[in-house]
Amino acid sequence: MSEKRRIKVLVAKPGLDGHDRGAKVVARGLRDAGMEVIYTGLHQTPNDIANTIIQEDPDAVLLSILSGAHNALCPKIMDTLKEKGIDDVLIAVGGIIPEEDKDFLRKHGLEGFYGPGTEIKEIVEFVKNNLKR
Amino acid sequence: MTESKQKENVEVKKDKKGRTFRNLSDIKIKQLYQPSEISDLDYERDLGQPGKFPFTRGPYSNMYRGRLWTMRQFAGFGTAEQTNERFKFLIDHGQTGLSVAFHLPTIYGYESTDERSLGEVGKEGVAIDTLADMETLFDGIDLSKISTSMTINAPASILLAMYIVVAEKQGISSDKLRGTIQNDILKEYIAQKSWIFPPEPSMRLIVDTIEYCTENVPQWYTISISGYHIREAGSTAVQELAFTLADGFAYVKAAMERGLDVDDFAHRLSFFFNAHNNFFEEICKYRAARRIWARHMKNKYGAKKPESMRLRFHTQTAGVSLTAQEPENNIVRVTLQGLAAVLGGTQSLHTNSFDEALCLPTEKAVRIALRTQQIIAYESGAADTVDPLAGSYYVEWLTDKMEQEAENYFSRIEELGGVIPAIKANFFQKEIANASYKYQKEVENRERIVVGVNKYKPEREVEPDILKIDDAVSEEQKRNLVDIKSKRDNKEAEKTLAELKEAAKGTDNLMPYILEAVRKYCSVGEIIGTLKEIFGTYTEDSIY
Repeated sequence: MSEKRRIKVLVAKPGLDGHDRGAKVVARGLRDAGMEVIYTGLHQTPNDIANTIIQEDPDAVLLSILSGAHNALCPKIMDTLKEKGIDDVLIAVGGIIPEEDKDFLRKHGLEGFYGPGTEIKEIVEFVKNNLKR
Repeated sequence: MTESKQKENVEVKKDKKGRTFRNLSDIKIKQLYQPSEISDLDYERDLGQPGKFPFTRGPYSNMYRGRLWTMRQFAGFGTAEQTNERFKFLIDHGQTGLSVAFHLPTIYGYESTDERSLGEVGKEGVAIDTLADMETLFDGIDLSKISTSMTINAPASILLAMYIVVAEKQGISSDKLRGTIQNDILKEYIAQKSWIFPPEPSMRLIVDTIEYCTENVPQWYTISISGYHIREAGSTAVQELAFTLADGFAYVKAAMERGLDVDDFAHRLSFFFNAHNNFFEEICKYRAARRIWARHMKNKYGAKKPESMRLRFHTQTAGVSLTAQEPENNIVRVTLQGLAAVLGGTQSLHTNSFDEALCLPTEKAVRIALRTQQIIAYESGAADTVDPLAGSYYVEWLTDKMEQEAENYFSRIEELGGVIPAIKANFFQKEIANASYKYQKEVENRERIVVGVNKYKPEREVEPDILKIDDAVSEEQKRNLVDIKSKRDNKEAEKTLAELKEAAKGTDNLMPYILEAVRKYCSVGEIIGTLKEIFGTYTEDSIY
C-alpha cells in the first residue's frame, strides 16, 4: 500500500456485550495515532460485522468481547469472511480472552489478543507492523 | 510557623516534578486541610445527627451497631441449577442476601434459542427463560427469609413477576417479599447499554412497577438507581454522583407525574454506587450523595416523611480497577474499596473476587471476597462507631466540594431539558467517553500509577485457575426451553400475550398482564418480543 494512505481500522462489538469502554478508548487512540477509524457501535451479529468489513474494506479489524462469547462469535465472523474470499484483513480481539482459548482463535485466523492493562500504543504498533496489504 | 509559611503549605502547588495532586475526579488536593477550610460548616444544617436530615452522617442513628451491612455477593452463571448451588454455597458461608446475575439473552429479552444468543447462554450470568428456570433457581431457598437483589433492567417487571409467582408457589404472599430489582433504565442509555425499548415506554414500565409494588409488594425496592455502571464505563466519581442522582430525581418526577404521592414510593427507591480506588474521594461521595438526595427531596420534590429523604445504598467494589496482572493484588484493592464503602455508610456490599479481570470468579476467589467483608466487619473496628471520619477537615471539605460539583452538573442537565433530552443529545455519553480516555492517557503517561500494570510490572505472568462455563450449558438450556414450551398450554400462553399487547397500546398498568403471562410459562423473550411490537426498540449514536 502507498505510504501516504491512512490505515483504515474497523473497531467492532460483536454479540450482546455492552462493555464498550475499551472499544471506545481504543477507537479514539487509533484515531489520535492518525488512523481512519470506524466504530460499529454495539450489538453487532457476526453477519453484521462481516458485511461492514465487505462494505468498508478496512485494513484491520479489532473485535472487542468481554462477555465470554468469543469462541462462538469470532469463528463465525472468520468463516463468513473466508466464504467471501477475504483474506487480506488483519484481525485481532480485545477483552477478556483466557490463555487457553487463544490457540483455538489463532487457528481461526485471529492474530492478536489484547487484554486488560494493554496500552494503546501496543495496539497501534501491532496494526502498523502486521498489515497484510 | 510564620503566617506566610502556613499559607504556602495549604496552597495547591506543583511538586518538584511539576505535578499537582488530583483525585480521580480531577479535584486538586491540597497538602494540608485546616479549620479555615470548613469554617462555613454548620453541624445541624450540613451534617446533622446520623438518622436525621440531611443524613450526611448516615441513614440510621446507630448504623452498624444496630445491624451490619448486608453481605451480598453477585452470582449467576450456567443453568439455574448451577447458580442455585452457588447460592446455597454462599448462604452456608454466612452470606445474608442473594444477588442474581442474569445472562445477556435474559437481559436483552432474547430466548436462549435465539440466533442473537449465540455464545452467550449462561456465560455472564444465569440463563433464565421461563418461570420454570426461576423455580429451579430458588429451589430449597425460603423466600420469606432472604432478600434478593436482581440485576435486571429492561425486563425487570418480568423477572419481578416471576419472583412473585415462585413465592406464591412456596406459599409466601407478595407483601412478605424483600429485595430489589435494578430497574434503572436511564443508566442503561447512559452507560451500561442493555436497553431494549426507547426511553418513554421504558419509563412507563418503571412507573408501573413502582405503582404495583407500592400497593402489593410494599417491602420491595423498586429501583436500584445505579452509579456503578456509569463509573465502570469510565466516569469520574463526581460524574457518578451527579448522573446517578439526576437519574433518581427523574424517576421521582415521572412517578409524581403519574399521580403518586412522593411519600408513598420514595422510601422504596435505593441506590447502588461504585467503590473505586481513591479512598477518601469515595467516602465523601457517599456522604455527599446522602446530603444532596435529602436536600432535593425535601426542598424540590416536597417530601414530608424523613424516610423519603433518606438515601440508602448498595456498593460494589470497582470491577474496572481489578488488574489481570498479578491478580492477587486485587485482594488488597478490594479491601481498601470495601473499607471505604463501610466508612461511607453502605447498607450492603459486594466485594469483587480477585480473578474477575480474567473470568467469572471461582469458589475460592468468592470465598476470599466474602471473607474480606467479614474481616472488615468483625476485626477492623470500622463498624464500631457511626461515621468515624466526620469532622475531618479534609473529609468535610471534600464532601462539600463534591456536592457543589454535582450541583453544577444538575444545572447543565437542566439546561439540556432534563435527563432524557440529555441522553438523546449524548451529553452523558460524551462526558464519560472523555473522562475514560483521559484516564487511559494518564495511565499510559505514568501520571497515574497502577501497580503491576504501569509500575512494578511482574517479569512473568501466571494466570490463576479460572472458571470456565461448559458449552453443554447452552444445549441444556435450549432443551429446557423447548421442553417447557411443549408441556405448557400454548393457547393459554398466547392469550396472555395477546392481552398484554392490547394493554401496552393503552395506559393500563402492565404488571398484572405480565404476571399472567409469566404464570402461563411465557418466556422473557416472548414477553419482550410482544412489547417490542408496540414500543419499538432503541438505537444509539455510536460516538467515541
